[in-house]
Amino acid sequence: MNPETLVMSAEEQIQLRLRSLYQQYGYAQYRMNKFEEYDLYAGNKDFLISENVLTFTDLNGRLMALKPDVTLSIVRFTGDRADAVQKLYYNENVYRTAGTDRSFREIPQTGLECIGPLDGYCVLEVLTLAAESLKCISRRSVLELSHLDIIAALVGALGVPAETQKQIIRCIGGKNLHELQSLCRASGAGEGETEALERLVSASGKPGEVLPLLRVLPCPAEAVAELEKLVEGFEAAGLGEMLRLDFSVINDMQYYNGIVFRGYVEGVPTGVLSGGRYDRLMEKMGRSSGAIGFAVYLDELDRIVPRTDSTDADVLLLYDDSADSTALCREMRLLAARGRRVLAQRTVPQGMRFGEIRHFREKEAGTC
Amino acid sequence: MLNIALPKGRLGEKVYGMFALSGFECPAILEESRKLIFENGEKELRYFWVKPSDVAVYVARGAADVGVAGKDILLEHVPDVYELLDLKIGRCRMAVAAPAGFRDDPRRKLRVATKFDRIAREYYASIGRDIDIIHLNGSIELAPLLGLSDVIVDIVETGTTLRENGLKVFAEILPISARLITNKASYEFKREAVDAIRRGLLAQTEERP
Repeated sequence: MNPETLVMSAEEQIQLRLRSLYQQYGYAQYRMNKFEEYDLYAGNKDFLISENVLTFTDLNGRLMALKPDVTLSIVRFTGDRADAVQKLYYNENVYRTAGTDRSFREIPQTGLECIGPLDGYCVLEVLTLAAESLKCISRRSVLELSHLDIIAALVGALGVPAETQKQIIRCIGGKNLHELQSLCRASGAGEGETEALERLVSASGKPGEVLPLLRVLPCPAEAVAELEKLVEGFEAAGLGEMLRLDFSVINDMQYYNGIVFRGYVEGVPTGVLSGGRYDRLMEKMGRSSGAIGFAVYLDELDRIVPRTDSTDADVLLLYDDSADSTALCREMRLLAARGRRVLAQRTVPQGMRFGEIRHFREKEAGTC
Repeated sequence: MLNIALPKGRLGEKVYGMFALSGFECPAILEESRKLIFENGEKELRYFWVKPSDVAVYVARGAADVGVAGKDILLEHVPDVYELLDLKIGRCRMAVAAPAGFRDDPRRKLRVATKFDRIAREYYASIGRDIDIIHLNGSIELAPLLGLSDVIVDIVETGTTLRENGLKVFAEILPISARLITNKASYEFKREAVDAIRRGLLAQTEERP
């Protein structure tokens, strides 16, 4: 590893790896402003992970927002193009509330979007890049894949009111079978339909175990065929080991449709990657193109890489009034050029740790 | 190693009994001691007791892989976890209670004292009633007696405390019981162990109505 990489935090190193991965596959970097007009987010609040947006009024009296999300801006930036799929990646900080204290945080986020006349290859490419992104973070990682058309079909078949459907979908997301059962029973859903949904929610695991079940459940045939084709592509790419089918992945159906997915790495308690196909959002924004993309949340990743440097500097060089600044400077540059992390101080700073402590004496300079 | 967070107290002891019966025992836990963490090295289990309302925090943040938490806590804090099973123990109700002679005056904002802000807010939003939440951390029953609030939203077990203070249940919001929860990432990487616990506990809950 070169010295430049050594000084980078785990998060920065992962960012670097992800960027070069996306560039290798022809994704261009999209750079955005820290703020956008608030209207962009106000119209699509449910799309945002947290609906709280930091706003302020700019000098023209327009209401602005510190960006809580990148996807909406990218969608607006890209026009509908019939001739080519637009492939963009980003590496930005977003501002939103997180955690239990409900305060605003700056969250580093990297991701990519693929917008235009999408075909089966585009979807497979984005999914394999999602899997490769997880592998950049940790060797032990898992990509969970779900299909919203299948969930929508099975929930729709229950014939329950819209409000109950919402509750049922929440149960699916929490793998909460006991409440799903009682909701279905209380709202008079058919037994066969309820059982089919229960089996779908219980089935999660390797594609080889789950696909046969999908073929016997009343799932839309195109959706099952799409999953089968994706699994085939994934296995051919040598990534099959990390793929799971899991129908608890339920991104908001107002915006997402078809394939949705989520990624986990061992050692990080929450999902670190989330994505899916969002043609519905495009429609809402008056666009005819298809779109798919994902985001990698980098704020939790520092945890999985243990801190390696137990000292604040390799060498602490102590000097006093007798030291000539030119000679001290020469000595410092010499040490740094040898690849040592060196700190010059008059006294030992409290609470810091050093590999060794030396006293600068001009006569001995250049020998240490 | 599988980390299990149990709620301190009687309910937690009952829950541990169910785990032990399912084959996930840890004899050290029964010994009198001031230890906080108990291990069964052979079965790769580590138990710890935490405040009941904290179990979901430990699980959501991955310090525990699985835990047992009341539905009230799960509804109030909405932790990002999977809720795998209703253990059908620790049963009680989330209810609206008020002094026996209370009549709701719809022209006025209803003052609601509670520990469960979100549950109270969602319940009253669902019936379209305008309310003012007064968040308290304990002795909720006191609030309507002193005129601090009109009603309370709280957990009702037997109703004895309510009765002794001249309060009555006016509406039931939902039934509460203990639930088995798991961290989402743990469920990916320790699936076999978590599923084995779920199966063991399920067998015991199935006998209950």
